[in-house]
Amino acid sequence: MVQLSLPKNSEIKKGKYFKDKTGSKNLRKVNIYRWDPSTDEGPRIDTYEVDMDNCPSKVLDILNKIKNEIDSTITYRRSCAHGVCGSCAMNMGGKNGLACTTPHAEIEGDIDIYPLPHLKVKKDLIGDLDGLYKQYQSIEPWLKNNSTKETTEIYQSKEDRAKLDGAYECIMCACCSTSCPSYWWNGDKYLGPAVLLQAYRWIIDSRDEERKARLKKVADELKLYRCHTILNCTNACPKGLNPAKAIAEIKKMLATANV
Amino acid sequence: MKAYNIIDHEYDVVVLGAGGSGLRAAVGLSEAGLKTACISKVFPTRSHTSAAQGGISAALGNMGEDDWRWHMYDTVKGADWLGDQDSIEYLCKEAPKAVLELEKYGVPFSRTEEGKIYQRPFGGMTKNYGNGIVQRTCAAADRTGHAILHTLYGQALKHNTEFFIEYFALDLLMKDGECKGLIAWNLNDGTIHRFRAHTVIIATGGYGKVYYSATSAHTCTGDGNAMVLRAGLPLQDMEFVQFHPTGIYGHGTLISEGVRGEGGYLVNSKGERFMERYAPNAKDLASRDVVSRSMSIEINEGRGVGKDQDHVHLHLSHLDKSVIENRLPGITEAARLFANVDVTKDPIPVVPTVHYNMGGIPTNYKAEVLTMNGSEKTVPGLMAIGEAACVSVHGANRLGSNSLIDLVVFGRAAAKRAAELVKPGTPHEEIPETETQKCLNRFDKLRNAQGDNSTAELRLSMQKTMQSKCAVFRTEKNLKQGVDEIGKTYDGMDSISVKDKSLVFNTDLVETLEFDNLIRQAVATVDSAYHRKESRGAHAREDYPKRDDEKFMQHTLAWCDGKKTKISYRPVHQSTLTNEVQYFPPQERVY
Repeated sequence: MVQLSLPKNSEIKKGKYFKDKTGSKNLRKVNIYRWDPSTDEGPRIDTYEVDMDNCPSKVLDILNKIKNEIDSTITYRRSCAHGVCGSCAMNMGGKNGLACTTPHAEIEGDIDIYPLPHLKVKKDLIGDLDGLYKQYQSIEPWLKNNSTKETTEIYQSKEDRAKLDGAYECIMCACCSTSCPSYWWNGDKYLGPAVLLQAYRWIIDSRDEERKARLKKVADELKLYRCHTILNCTNACPKGLNPAKAIAEIKKMLATANV
Repeated sequence: MKAYNIIDHEYDVVVLGAGGSGLRAAVGLSEAGLKTACISKVFPTRSHTSAAQGGISAALGNMGEDDWRWHMYDTVKGADWLGDQDSIEYLCKEAPKAVLELEKYGVPFSRTEEGKIYQRPFGGMTKNYGNGIVQRTCAAADRTGHAILHTLYGQALKHNTEFFIEYFALDLLMKDGECKGLIAWNLNDGTIHRFRAHTVIIATGGYGKVYYSATSAHTCTGDGNAMVLRAGLPLQDMEFVQFHPTGIYGHGTLISEGVRGEGGYLVNSKGERFMERYAPNAKDLASRDVVSRSMSIEINEGRGVGKDQDHVHLHLSHLDKSVIENRLPGITEAARLFANVDVTKDPIPVVPTVHYNMGGIPTNYKAEVLTMNGSEKTVPGLMAIGEAACVSVHGANRLGSNSLIDLVVFGRAAAKRAAELVKPGTPHEEIPETETQKCLNRFDKLRNAQGDNSTAELRLSMQKTMQSKCAVFRTEKNLKQGVDEIGKTYDGMDSISVKDKSLVFNTDLVETLEFDNLIRQAVATVDSAYHRKESRGAHAREDYPKRDDEKFMQHTLAWCDGKKTKISYRPVHQSTLTNEVQYFPPQERVY
């Protein structure tokens, strides 16, 4: 039988241990994935003892505390700190989410923090989302409507506008796509839940005149039908959206409509 | 210094920043056939425009009669007469067109029964020159900024704008007082890039992070403002920092003014709707500086709520459930996550929180950057838009929902002006190497800094000083202390330390460069505040409680070369752009 083994540098080693220096009685151990492309070393897990008496409630607060007070070299993306920009998506306690909205109290035992699964890592907790952004571009996320009147808006009924609820709110954090086994295996071809939810958002916009062409464009064995209704996406979405349902709606439209 | 390899690029125009204004400019430039690069330290949809909630103002008149002149009057009054009325006229007149254009781009605005764009009441927005409330603020539920930002990014993709994402800009390249491009550091692979351009448009947003408690994102560090200071140019009206009345107590998350627009109100520990006392007509919808001051007085006089009586309550549980569900879903979620409050049952604990910088890079209404050299002059090759710019349309206090409209109106104006000034494909001039060297010396020095002070400690010290010495109410004594303390923190940079020496995603160095940017703006802010001995808009001096039009109907200009500042003034423009509207002379400002 063929012996398969992973290359040496993909093995995650035990890294540095940062002992508490505050004397706090309320400590938690935080294990963080570290990898620096500018060294030859493979990835490692560094462990930090963090004083929880002086730490606000979210996982991002822990990361900021470590970066500010213990080890300024840890690297992660963060911006708005209240769940609207989508920068700080990562895997915490085995679940994808936004570090800024995930309470650390919900994680039992040691707190393990990894980059989003199955992405190329750029450094530490920073995943490479370039592929996902290209896929986003491929669905042409802009309104296609030939109305040229400058003086009025395109009217849309309240009911038609309500169809966009649950789709336009997506913050492109990629928690859903990187929790999807189909996307793990076929991420180069399958569009994945995040991008399909956005495709759906434009397909159902009553103002858009290219609905059929949009549907045709995603109606592909790989782009769309690699979704096997696993529903990890919906489970992972930190905004409470339901990409799985949007994908099902697209499939339903394709099955029932004359495209 | 180790030699850095430099990768050169040539563009007609470079836009720095990919928030609402930067993207709108980039779309216009691409449409005009100019070779455009858009550089951003974060992926465009991560920009802080995404956090704007309540809406975007424009006198569309979808919910009753409206007129752009009324909008202009409200903006002039909101600005406490520090705004340039030619620019304000341009903003308000162009606003409806800009919003309709956004709608055609695909922004999912909420709708009226007739299917038109829904508009809600907002602070300081009135009809018929201050006589009654008008519904002027166009909303996509309470996620208007998010909806606009994502839509504009889509438009930029449609127009094949060239993006340089996760590039951190270091400095402008200047030659004989003209801007010729900029240098940026690519975080993805650690390379240094030099962009030559006939025009650089700065759209880097505000610098809220000089304060400890702000609704601003971690990335709101005013990098473009600091680049302008280092280029030897002034910043304008930096003392005018807006405190939003309703940041969540203890966390700083924004709770939209839209909550009060939809009928929410503030209450003190005695259960009083105290805004009725301070603003009998507009009540909770007075402009933000007025509401923030009233809240601070309530708290200072012992009528705050909570264990430490240091905040007040925002009630909305009396609102119709469908209003909360359909128009305020985002703040419902924020209140649950960050205040542990169910808004259908309990009030949200709120406190005035730093939110917006009225000050910034001085420009005219065409977005061209201004400086003073004997008289007002434009800086060739340099433009600024959005929160980074001080046009000045917001003067001493911005009205809610006037910032999103500022982004798109002046983003559009900048693209138009650049298209007039730049002929596509014009060859580029040589820039002296000394400019590049100067920039890389600073970069390399900070990268290899091995002192005793961590960036985080210095940043915290700056933030605490600004929070206590340059707050809602200010005094000579406080400000003097602020000037001294900020100066000391600045000195601490001589012994700063950066532990990560690498070049790929070195966020230790990014934060240090950001701190270097922030501290210069802190110096400019506290010094400008110290020198303005009057109360106007967001700048409330307890020792000078009155507005002084004779001495101070002027814009502050602050040059800051390291720690040393030079303060000067330039007169507010006291005329309109056209004769479609008359100049609004200063009045007493009551709501």
